[in-house]
Amino acid sequence: MQTRRETLKQSAVVAGLLATAGFPQFAQAAFNKAAFDARSVQDAVKAAGGASLAESKDVTITGPDIAENGAVVPLGASTSLPGVKQMLILVEKNPAALVAMFHMSDAIDANFSTRAKMGQSSDVYAVAIMNDGKALWAKKEVKVTLGGCGG
Amino acid sequence: MADPMRIRAQASGDKATVRVLMSHEMESGQRRDAAGKLVPAWHITEVTAALNGKQVLAAEWGPAVSKNPFLQFAIKGAKAGDKVAVSWKDNKGDSRTDEVTVS
Repeated sequence: MQTRRETLKQSAVVAGLLATAGFPQFAQAAFNKAAFDARSVQDAVKAAGGASLAESKDVTITGPDIAENGAVVPLGASTSLPGVKQMLILVEKNPAALVAMFHMSDAIDANFSTRAKMGQSSDVYAVAIMNDGKALWAKKEVKVTLGGCGG
Repeated sequence: MADPMRIRAQASGDKATVRVLMSHEMESGQRRDAAGKLVPAWHITEVTAALNGKQVLAAEWGPAVSKNPFLQFAIKGAKAGDKVAVSWKDNKGDSRTDEVTVS
């Protein structure tokens, strides 16, 4: 028979796990301010819940080699791996590295495209955070002829 | 808020590719106006998509997403006739939802 103490201990462990893992994907996605304020790629990934960072051939980042207009750079991130929790698009040399974060569900393909602002020529990263916390990334260098932040 | 989103959802096989063009200024908070003052950040922070009422995608966006944002993604298991609803919320509290039928 489980004593009350054991029940309390178990809920504390579960609560701790939930807190570090971030919101479960079926709950409302609250805006993760810490991740978007982070200035470096590593900090943003850590704030989003990714633990170890490892380059991976299974994650793809698509984008132009040279972007004519830094205010509108089409970027895509995709992966064929199962068990992805989140996909992130980051621009290394932007004032805030994280551009967008997509929370996956079973009904979604891990394949997104959007347009982002890039302040200067920089590496663009696609990061897939897996259900077990591993962060797999791929990067591509995108050269920008005209910066996109109005500066 | 602003103009309606332009959403196109096309089914091919068991997937539907959804393309959304939203109308939003997406101020990054880094720009300065003519007087030299910083234009405050005003951008979409959350985007959700639902298939027939069930949420399938949640995305969080930062100030780096371009003005009049474009988003493309694919929903598994969607077929022609299903309803796809896309909504966004920005950091000033405005929000908008638009719905389209998969063709």
